[in-house]
Amino acid sequence: MTKKSFRQAINEALRQEMQRDPRVILMGEDVAGGRGGTSGVKDAWGGVLGVTKGLLTEFGEDRVLDTPISEASYIGAAAGAAATGLRPVAELMFVDFVGCCLDQIMNQAAKFRYMFGGKARTPLVIRAMYGAGFNAAAQHSQALYPLFTHIPGLKVVVPSSPYEAKGLLIEAIRDDDPVIFLENKVMYDDEEDVPDDPYTIPFGEANLTREGDDVTIVAFGRMVNFANQAADRLEKDGISCTVIDPRTTSPLDAATILDCVNETGRLVIVDESSPRCNMATDVAALVAEEAFDALKAPIRRVTPPHTPVPFATVLEKLYVPDVEKIEAAVRSVAAYRVKEEA
Amino acid sequence: MQIARDILTRSYRSMRTIRDFEERLHVEFATGDIPGFVHLYCGEEASGVGVCAHLTDTDTIASTHRGHGHCIAKGVGVDGMMAEIYGRRSGVCRGKGGSMHIADLSLGMLGANGIVGGGPPLICGAALSHKTLKDGAVAVAFYGDGASNEGSTLESLNLASVWKVPAVFVVEDNGYGEATGASYAVAGNQKDRAAGFGMPYFECDGNDFFSVYETAGEAIEHARKGNGPAMLHVHLARWYGHFEGDAMTYRAADEVAKLRAEHDCLVNFRRKVVGAGLLEDSDLDTIDTAVKDEIEAAVVAARKAPLPEDADLMKDVYVSY
Repeated sequence: MTKKSFRQAINEALRQEMQRDPRVILMGEDVAGGRGGTSGVKDAWGGVLGVTKGLLTEFGEDRVLDTPISEASYIGAAAGAAATGLRPVAELMFVDFVGCCLDQIMNQAAKFRYMFGGKARTPLVIRAMYGAGFNAAAQHSQALYPLFTHIPGLKVVVPSSPYEAKGLLIEAIRDDDPVIFLENKVMYDDEEDVPDDPYTIPFGEANLTREGDDVTIVAFGRMVNFANQAADRLEKDGISCTVIDPRTTSPLDAATILDCVNETGRLVIVDESSPRCNMATDVAALVAEEAFDALKAPIRRVTPPHTPVPFATVLEKLYVPDVEKIEAAVRSVAAYRVKEEA
Repeated sequence: MQIARDILTRSYRSMRTIRDFEERLHVEFATGDIPGFVHLYCGEEASGVGVCAHLTDTDTIASTHRGHGHCIAKGVGVDGMMAEIYGRRSGVCRGKGGSMHIADLSLGMLGANGIVGGGPPLICGAALSHKTLKDGAVAVAFYGDGASNEGSTLESLNLASVWKVPAVFVVEDNGYGEATGASYAVAGNQKDRAAGFGMPYFECDGNDFFSVYETAGEAIEHARKGNGPAMLHVHLARWYGHFEGDAMTYRAADEVAKLRAEHDCLVNFRRKVVGAGLLEDSDLDTIDTAVKDEIEAAVVAARKAPLPEDADLMKDVYVSY
């Protein structure tokens, strides 16, 4: 067990899986970074934020493939390679760039198995950064996991910590279905103890990071950390929270969410994605349908407003859900009392 | 050109099978018993067959929405295909894909594709698999003049050249993208596009099996030898509309009649091989009869085949979930 950053945890997962299985290859824009440059350094970048640094040196140019800035072709190529014997991990850099290659994910990779009557396997992982907090503005900051969650045939992972990232990425690479693996770009320097040996965390099994009696908080990705911080503060005021990290939005561990809501009767959902048709609405619908009788208060959703992600720091801070907003939402549901009928 | 007798008979049989399969679908579709859309390959048979004659099951192809011909040319059986098109459980995709998604990965058939320009990126990846796994195989993208204008196709020409993978891009230029003529919709020309991406360009007469066979052989050999991708531009014509039910009001009244009378690849083939003494008329007649029976049997079987069951709805979305 060693303290590792989110970035190092992902790099280590990739390295260990590439060592284990020669069919695992990496491709993407600047995953090595430097091919064709005048310095002669072929892995100058190792990914735009250095996540894949060093892998070219260890595994060579046949397994770490820089691509042109050409998402439709290389994401499609990753799908085609996956269907014909390789296990590609393609990096889409910023998830916002999915606008350039959605067909290859949505109409090709996701649907092969079903359309072809169960005869295809597409063991593809697409890694991409998501999330606001870097002043990267509207085209480099979105949290698009609901968009992928909507598509049958895809699995969608939103890891909340370095430990989670390593185990879930190894699971993703070993999975035989197409997996979208989304990394919050603000978290790359977060550190925690991460086992040195490879390990897997199964999909569709939520993690309870806190257990409490009063309010259930379901949070995704980076929001799990905020939810934990809010829970710590609320504990001091006697409000005890369960915090659920679903880990994957598809599959979704509905059973754990329902069990917890049945115990606490109060639910807050924290989701960094745009509020319409996002995970917060999905979980709210699930609970409204399956645990209506348990509810002691209206469900509260903590999400950004329905706007593009703004640039200016003051606006971006206003946009992203934070500990204070979560705390306020939890206090409001904890204080809610059903009106007695007159 | 020397072509082994078994290749000639196999290729003729494959072209005849495609022709009869499609002509029969034209008739059956009009009865209303076939769900969805079908896009027929009549008139284009020599292209798929002339290319696939150079391929084995290890080689990969990706097809288009007009995919029946490529499937048959790559060895997919007509019974499973017909059942699929009828939406039956015994279909090659268990009734889950239909005409536009027939695939058989065990034969290197990566699927017909309902998305114009969907195939070329996949073929870059299949070619990468062949290169990485060192199996000596090539990957072939069939696409039309319409798809040649898709960004995904143009990006794929670039990527295949950058990666130097064994891919062949076969442009089946039938002169129409749906109802719009290629003379309007394709700027410049395919030859310059190939040159622009640094790959060799080959072109051939898609009404003549021998022209396709010979030229495709060169393009595929170029890729198979590790020299990177090549483009093969096949000039041909479709005899039916974009899809069945298309009244083809965008085509001159006598266009298709002239194609059928003067540019029939099956008639051309027979004339050449019999004229050169390579095969007898009777050899080809025997094949015609056998194929006729095979298609009839496929239709009869498909009509009688069981429909998918309710439980099939949820099957095969994932390997595991």
